[in-house]
This record gives sequence, C-alpha cells and structure tokens, in this order.
Amino acid sequence: MSNHYYPSEEEIKRIEFLIPSKELILKLSKAKITVPDTYDESGYPVEGGLMDLRLGVVDPGLKCKTCGGNHKTCPGHFGHIELVKPVVHPHFAKHINFVLVNTCEHCHRDLGVPALKKKATTKGRPEKCPHCGKPLGKIKWEKPYKFFLNNDELTPEQIRDWLKDIPEEDVKALGYNPLKVKLEDFLITYLLVPPVRIRPSITLESGEKSEDDLTHKLVEIIRVNEKLRTNIDAGAPQLIIEDLWSLLQYHVATYFDNELPNVPPARHRSGRPLKTLAQRLKGKEGRFRYNLSGKRVNFSARTVISPDPTLDFNEVGVPRRIAEEQTVPFPVTEFNLEQAKELVARTEYPRALYAIKPNGLRLKVTERSRERILEQLGVGWILERQLKDGDVVLFNRQPSLHRISMMAHYVRVLPGKTFRINPIVTPPYNADFDGDEMNLHVLQTEESRVEAMEIMDAKKHVLSARHGRAIIKHSEDAVTGVYFLSRQDTLLTKEEAIRVISNAGLKELPEPNKDGLYTGRSLLELLIPENFSVEANTKIGGKLKIKKGKIVDGVIDGKSLDDVIRLMFVKYGEEITQKFIDGSFRMGIEYLTLQGITVSYRNYYVDEKVRKEIRKVLEEMDKEIANYILQYKNKTLPRAPGMTLKQTLESKILEATTKARNRIGEILEKAFGEDNSSIIMAKIGSRGSLLNVIQMSGAVGQQVIRNKRPWRGYYKRVLPFFERGKLTARERGFVYHSFTEGLEVDEFYFHAMAGRESIVNTAIRTSRSGYMQRRLINALQDFVVRDDYSVRDAASKLVQFVYGGDAKDPTFATYKEEKEFDDSRKDDIDTV
Amino acid sequence: MKKKLNITPGEAVGIVAAQSLGEPGTQMTMRTFHYAGVAEHVPTGLPRIIEIVDRKSKPKKPLVVLRLKPEYNNKETAEKVAQRIEFVALEDIAYVKLNLAKRKIIIRIRPDAKDYYHYIDIPKVLEQLKKQLEKEDKRRKAKEVDHVVYDPEKGIIIYFTEEIPYRTIYRRYMKYKTMAVNGIPGISMAVVTEENGEYVIKAKGDNLKDVARKVKEVDITRSYTNNIMVIYELFGIEAARNAILKEIKDTLDLQGLDVDVRHVGLLADAMTYHGKVMGIGRTGLAGSKPSVLAKAAYEETIKHLAAAAAKGEYDNLKGVTENIIAGKILRLGTGMVILKYVPPKKSKGEK
Repeated sequence: MSNHYYPSEEEIKRIEFLIPSKELILKLSKAKITVPDTYDESGYPVEGGLMDLRLGVVDPGLKCKTCGGNHKTCPGHFGHIELVKPVVHPHFAKHINFVLVNTCEHCHRDLGVPALKKKATTKGRPEKCPHCGKPLGKIKWEKPYKFFLNNDELTPEQIRDWLKDIPEEDVKALGYNPLKVKLEDFLITYLLVPPVRIRPSITLESGEKSEDDLTHKLVEIIRVNEKLRTNIDAGAPQLIIEDLWSLLQYHVATYFDNELPNVPPARHRSGRPLKTLAQRLKGKEGRFRYNLSGKRVNFSARTVISPDPTLDFNEVGVPRRIAEEQTVPFPVTEFNLEQAKELVARTEYPRALYAIKPNGLRLKVTERSRERILEQLGVGWILERQLKDGDVVLFNRQPSLHRISMMAHYVRVLPGKTFRINPIVTPPYNADFDGDEMNLHVLQTEESRVEAMEIMDAKKHVLSARHGRAIIKHSEDAVTGVYFLSRQDTLLTKEEAIRVISNAGLKELPEPNKDGLYTGRSLLELLIPENFSVEANTKIGGKLKIKKGKIVDGVIDGKSLDDVIRLMFVKYGEEITQKFIDGSFRMGIEYLTLQGITVSYRNYYVDEKVRKEIRKVLEEMDKEIANYILQYKNKTLPRAPGMTLKQTLESKILEATTKARNRIGEILEKAFGEDNSSIIMAKIGSRGSLLNVIQMSGAVGQQVIRNKRPWRGYYKRVLPFFERGKLTARERGFVYHSFTEGLEVDEFYFHAMAGRESIVNTAIRTSRSGYMQRRLINALQDFVVRDDYSVRDAASKLVQFVYGGDAKDPTFATYKEEKEFDDSRKDDIDTV
Repeated sequence: MKKKLNITPGEAVGIVAAQSLGEPGTQMTMRTFHYAGVAEHVPTGLPRIIEIVDRKSKPKKPLVVLRLKPEYNNKETAEKVAQRIEFVALEDIAYVKLNLAKRKIIIRIRPDAKDYYHYIDIPKVLEQLKKQLEKEDKRRKAKEVDHVVYDPEKGIIIYFTEEIPYRTIYRRYMKYKTMAVNGIPGISMAVVTEENGEYVIKAKGDNLKDVARKVKEVDITRSYTNNIMVIYELFGIEAARNAILKEIKDTLDLQGLDVDVRHVGLLADAMTYHGKVMGIGRTGLAGSKPSVLAKAAYEETIKHLAAAAAKGEYDNLKGVTENIIAGKILRLGTGMVILKYVPPKKSKGEK
C-alpha cells in the first residue's frame, strides 16, 4: 500500500547510541568548515563558512552542492571542524573521571578494585598499581571538565593518550564495549557541524539576517580554533596557547550544554543565555517531550462546546463550517464509482474537496478542474470528501487525565458554531458549558475507524474502569425527573404521557390504568428490558425492586439509578443501556418541565418559632463550650488519652459545634417537611446536601482553618476587637447566622479566611497531583496483560502472575456472582 | 481458562491503573484526621499517597499498632506495656541545665514528674546515672567528674574537673538531656484501645524493630506500622507489598474515593516486583527502565543519552514511549496482534 494514509512498512527496529568517532565524522562530513563567517556582503554563503552550500540549502533559488537538491528536497548534510587541540566533552567528563580513577597512570591498566567501580573516588585508589607496582597518585576532577594528577593539570591531550593506551580487555573490565566505543572519543578533536536546516537564519523585517544560537556558538569555536592554530604555528608562548586552549574548551562545552554547573552561560548580545544542544532536548519544551512524545496532527478541529439533550450521548454536533473543512478519504472502487463521481460533481456540501490520483498526485477539486477530474476518475483514486452525518470522530477535552477523556462519537452536522454534546457525557470529560473548548479528530483509515467504533465509542464507556460504576449517567434535574416518574403516586394524563414518551423518541403508549391515566413507572418501564430484574438500595431509603422489567417497589434515585445502569450494561450490553440512559434522561427532563421544580428564598425561609429553636440549640452549645473552657482553666477537664489538655479542649469544642449543627439539621428537616424542593433534591442525591440547607437557613457554623479553629492574628486574639484570651465559639470562627439572615462582620471575615484556604489548597493540589500522575504513568505505562493473564513489563518481566489475582476486569468487578449474568449476552462473552 | 468478564489480554492495565489513581488526585483534600485516640493528625489524601509512592524512608507522622500475644491480652497488661514502651527522656522528668562557668550540669527533678510518670522509679534512674558516671570514670585515665551531689528527691549536680574541655561538658549535657529513662526510642503517645475484645496499643513512632526485640508481650506478627520500609525490613517484600496496598487503599477510602483494588494492587506490585521497594520517580521505577529513549523522555534527558552513548547501548523499542517516539504501532491492545491478510488467489477463469 503506497498511499500516504498508511504508515510505511519500513520500520525502525532498534536505535543504537554511539559516540561519533573520527572515522564516522569524516565519513558523514561533506565539508570542512574553517571560516568563522556565514554570508558575504551580497548575502551569498561563504565557502568553507557555516552556511556553506555543501551543508545543504534552506533558501529558495539555490542548489545544494552535495546532493544537487533545492530547499525542499535537500535533507541537509553535516560538516566538521578540526580542532587544533582536543577538548573534553562536558557530558563525558564523568566517564573520563571514572576511567582515570580506575586505571594506573603509569601502565594505563585497570586497577581491578570493585569498590572503585561503584564509586569512583581518588581515596579508594590503592597505593600501588597491581600491574607495574609503581605508586599511584591523586586524581582530582574539578567539575565540569578539568582533571588533575597530583595537583598537576592533565591536558586533554594527555588524557586522550592515557585513554587510548588502555588495553581492550581492561576497557571491557571497566564496563565499556571496546568494539563500539573508543574511550579517547570522550575527548573531541573532530567536531560535527549540523546542517543548516538544524540552525536556520531568520531574516528580520528590516532585511537584517539573524543567526541561530548554534551558529553563533560555532562561529566562536572556529574563531578561537583558528586563532589557536596561528599562535601555535607562530610559536607563541605556552601561556597564550593555554589560555586559548581553555577558551576553546569553554566554547565547545557551552556549545553542547549551556547550563553546566560552575560555568558561566554563554550569552547573546542582548544578555539572553544561548540555547545550545542540550537545551534543545531538555525539559517540557525540549525535543523529547514537545516533539517526540507529543506530536501535532492534521484533521482536527476545536471550538466551544454547548449542550444539546436531543443528541444521543455518543453523538457530537459539528458546526457546518467545520464539517465543510474536514475531510474523510473515500477510496474509489468499482462498486462506488458512481457515488464518487457524484461527490466530485457536486458543487455544494457534501462534496469532494480533493482527488488523489493513483500515482499519489493530489488535485484540488475546483470549478476549473472538476470536469477534467470527472473524466479521469476511476478505480484506484482516492477522494477526500467533506465530513458528514454518521462519520466516526474522536472527541477530547484537556486535561486528558484518563482514557475516557477521549472517546469516539458519531457526527451530526448542525447549524451554529459550537460543538454540541449531550450533557450526560460531561462527567468523563469533566466538561461544563461555561466556555469549555474541546477537540475533534477525524479518522483517516478504515482500521482506525473500526477501532474507534469497537473500542472507543462513548456508549461502551458507561462504566468506568476505575471503580466499575456508571460514569455516564443522569445528574441534577434528570435525576429529579426520573425520581418523580418512578414514584408510585405519579400519574399522567394521556397528553402528558405522550409528551413525555415522544420526547424520548417512543411512539407506543403503555396500557393506561382504569381511570385512563398513565403511571410514571409504566412510561419508564418502556425502556427497561422485559426480563430485567434488580434489587438496589436507594439513597432516600428502602429498596428499589424491578422484577421482569416492572418497577415493583421503591424509587429510582441517584443511588439506585447507578445500580440499574450498571446491571443493565453488564446483562444487556451497551445498545440497550444507551437507549435506557438517553430515553429516561429525556423523559425525566420532560416530566420535570411539566411538573416544574424550583428553589427560591421561600424554600429556606424559617419562621420565628423555628428560629427560636435554632437559637436555643446555639445557646446550649455556647453553654457547653463555656463549661469546657471553665473546666480547662481550673484543670478539671479530663485529659483524653494521647492528647494534651489543650487538644482535648479543642476536640471537645469541635464536637459540640458538630453536635449543634446536626441538631439544627434535624430541626430544619422537620420544619421544611418532605415537599421542600431543596430537601427533596438533597435526599435523592440530585443536587445539594442537607449541609447546604443548614448553612442557608440555620447557621453557617464553625469555620476551620488548617484543621483547627482560627487561632492566628493578634496577641491572644484573632481579631483586634475581641477580648484577649477568650476561647469561646464566636471569638474562634463560629458563624451563628445563616446565609439568608446575613453574616456579621467578624463572621464574614472568618468565612472569607476559610474560603481563601480552600482556594489556595485547590491550586496547590492540581499541580501536585498532575506531577504525581505523570510519574505514575511513566512508571506503570509498559505493564500489559498477556494472553495468559499475566502482567508483564516491556522487558517481559513478570509483575503479576494473574492480573489482580483473579483476571477480572475492574470495569465489571463489582459483580462477584457469575450467575448474575444473563445468558442473553453469551455471544459477547466466550466460555472456553 | 477464559471466564466471563475477564480482563482483555493486551489491555494496558498499567496505564489504566495509573490513571485511576492519578485522576482522583485533584479531588483529594489535604484534610488530616484523628487516628483512634492518638492526637496527632496523620497526613492523608494526596500528601500521604505521594509519600507512599515516593518510598519515603520515614512517613511524616509514623504510627505503630501493637497487638499482644493471647496470654497477655488483658487491659492491665496492655496498659503496662503501653507505659513501658513510651519513650521518656531524662529531660521529660527533670530540668537539665548547664552551667559552663562553674563546670557543672544540674539535673533537677520536675515537681510534677511524679504525677505524669508515676510508673517510673525516679530515684532509681538517678542512682543508675550516678553509678554509670562512676563506672565510666574508673575506666578512664584522667578523672572527668570531680564530684556528684546526689539527692534522691531533688536530683543530681555533676561537677567536672578542670582538665576536661568545655566541649566535652557540653556534649555530656546534650547526651543527658535526651538520655532514655524509659521506653523505646521513637515511640511516644501510646494509647490502649479495645478492638473486638482485643486490647490494641497504638502509638506514635515506627520503631517496630526495637519493640520486637525488647517487648516480649507484643505479638510482632500481628503488629503493624504505617512505615512501609520498616515493614519491608522486618517482614520482607510480600509484606511490604501488602502494606503499600493497605496504606493507599485506606487513604483513598478515607477520602471517599472509590478505586478498584486491582489498580492499587498493580501499583503495589510494580513498586515491589524487583525484589526491593522502589519509588515511582526517576530514582525508582521510572529510572530503572531498560529503554534509553523512555528514560530520556522522562527526566534527566542529557544524563541518560550521554550514558547510553558512552556504553554504546541499544534501544530495542519495546515499551510505550519508545514506540511513540519512533512512530511505530504500540505492542499492546490491538497492536499486540499481528494479522496478515492473504487475498485468495483468483482462479484463471475469473478476472
């Protein structure tokens, strides 16, 4: 297959790492660079300079002197610089030190001391060489690249000769492979010059040319090198030569790495440190993490998302403008030739944008080219047609914290400018509609489309692999709606029932009861398979019982809904579950629209009688606290085991405030009764909690900072207008008022303190947990389950004999009993 | 045998586990909690998980849970053992003061020491100290201690001779301050609680090794500490694996986060399958991978590349990162299977 959509069959089998030897460098090099210059006055590359035409061309109009290609076809070629004197490669200095310490300075043999091979320190060297018997001296490594023997500096030349002289078997004993690595290559004499492509010049608006950092560095190296050469040739004093030599060492070292410890970084004229080779590779924006581990892609789109409950949850609404831009390859065969011709002939959406000839030539379909393409079009061509309804695409929201941050959806082309998704799929993406943007990727091969449909389809990810519970399920109003429908006393007129079921896309009404009304349950049952039975605990209390597809007892609320979806998914598979989720979601919403549910100030209003009760609870709490403080002050408070007296007091007080809050909760629950919307929602788990009600109607309660009552501020008091040393609730962050009453100044301040803490914590947590996840993934990424259910790493080393001990998939692991599974799914599950 | 709802071979279970553990990280609170009467707040949530995963040699707030051998399982013995293991320094029962000008160290018993440490025989402790001083001096050539003023009720004053330098006196002072008068170093705040009819001692500290050696009443095989490295050294690698699993699972449960045990178990196995406990960072698991590219793409890029070049290493492109870098199909999931389609040969009659 030679068309460009399929990966080449030539694969990299393995990658070898080496230090380029003199021979390799000379073989690679197409030009010896000796001139520390780039372009001449006319803007033409200087021969023997860093932009030499033999290193390849980047400017249009010129021809490469090595391969004869132009700026598009020439891949670039290496050159080399011959250094007059060798210098140390800064990254191999560690290895040089290791070898020097481990070998004799006289006979250059391996000393054979195992401890030295673990830790190369001069202290560990024996007194005498075991081979030649001569006394051994002290090796000092002055980081990053200077070496001393008995306080005399070893020149790179001396080091090179030393390393060169080590016999092969000793090189082996030192842990290096003499067949691959020549130890003297730790020193540089021949320096590779990268092609111009790697370091292109930028032409500024003013017409001035600005060189790449690497070019700058290379210019310096050549300049110093040439100066050193002339000085040596002229027989200059040793001192000058040494100075120039160490300058050359500095430039070569910073050419490789400009962040070496104890080396001042080479700077640009503006004072900005140069980005040299190491800096290009390193870190988050380096070559590895930015370009190799993460790659840019074509065939993608991004825009704002907005909700659309009329879509199925595995669909995505794509704006027309995006659909017109994105393309899907359409291979022309003898079976679809007519369709292909139609696609090319069309002038409106959906049409073909490009046509690719069997020889790979790509033609744009335009007014002018259309006729000609139509004439030639035949089997073997590939068209690129616009995206249309029913295409499979990948949909993703960042941060992609888990695999369900990217799922496959089916396209629905819609008017408007935003991606539309059913709000029910927001939990896996962790998306909301306050301006979130999402990415879409159009699949280009048959293979990828099949994998997307069979593995990544959103409907296959109703259950989370994290805990085996439903992650794609109703939330908020949809839960409330389904709850009301599932209540035994819910009855709908025919008109209402029709509205509810037609919103879910159903056409057949169930049997009405004897009054001609329809129960909410009977409508929901339309979506439940006939043989489906389940018993599930509800959040509100009691059990939900579904027998043979009929809701017999109990209600569907936040908790039991999860169990229903879970079991239905396992027993009946994703198609039926998806229909249930989408259908009941729409029914719930529609029913709620008919019935109406709202929360307002009225839901949280408490009359004077209840308020008095609450006040009484708070007064009692105050008394209790005062009592504890009194006991603490005259030391009669019994010390709790393992705590100091002060800690005992604090824990007693916190206990008292918690108790008061719970009592207020009970009072409010009683006062508001079962019909209060807020209480209903809290109880069925669709939104809010009793704590929210308590804070709005009762009292906001104790504010906690760093797990303690607020304590810092002024001398012996938190705020300046409190009495010193007072430990009562008010002085230590207890808020007596409710949100509807309004907070006092000091209460507001305490509340703000606690609020600030939680915001700061969230900010810190996201960065910390992000880094932890990166490390976790890096550590565990190669673990794969094999055919025998063993878990192994990339080197096939055994991690677990059987995955999880029982080879069960965590997605379905909540079901322990095999018999719970219906036979209706046995096609999917093989039993050998 | 293939069973219903088994894991699919080829599944990248490592990545799924890492995501399942990492994703709820953002939801974790930094809240601390009271640990069964021990007043100290034990770090939970994210900080604790990071601590475990990093293989810290000592947790921020170490704890021990000691269970007694059946024959000692009663309240009195438990309380006595709790008292015996609680570390008390001389400083805790007495004021230790240094007077360099007069070359003396004053050790005066705290007036309330008897109330707090009624189980310690204070005069005996002082007497032992005195004897020890005399014994030490006998062994030395030059006498160090000039004389000792000893009062079993009040304390001891040690006068030093002119010969010895101030430095030595100061060193002695530091030594006496933290000198053990009771218990096991590192163990404090021991509390006895009852669990299903069993008396359990919970305390701060992780010195399970010394407890095992010195306290005969404690059944060490059923005792526990939250310090995984201590568990590893005392009970071995399998125990360490279970301890990691338990600690992470407990932390997640406490936060109300639901994560399947299989994911936590895989992490625990990953941290221990090399036969020693390894952290997950660059010094541990991630740094011990055989692939040069995977290491270079993670952290310390230059170091790994230089080392690979110096040794002339190969990267065989077996893992995930390497194959992404090389632009190849990963050896997992559907990429683990190699299918080759051979189209049926057309018979000559067709065409």
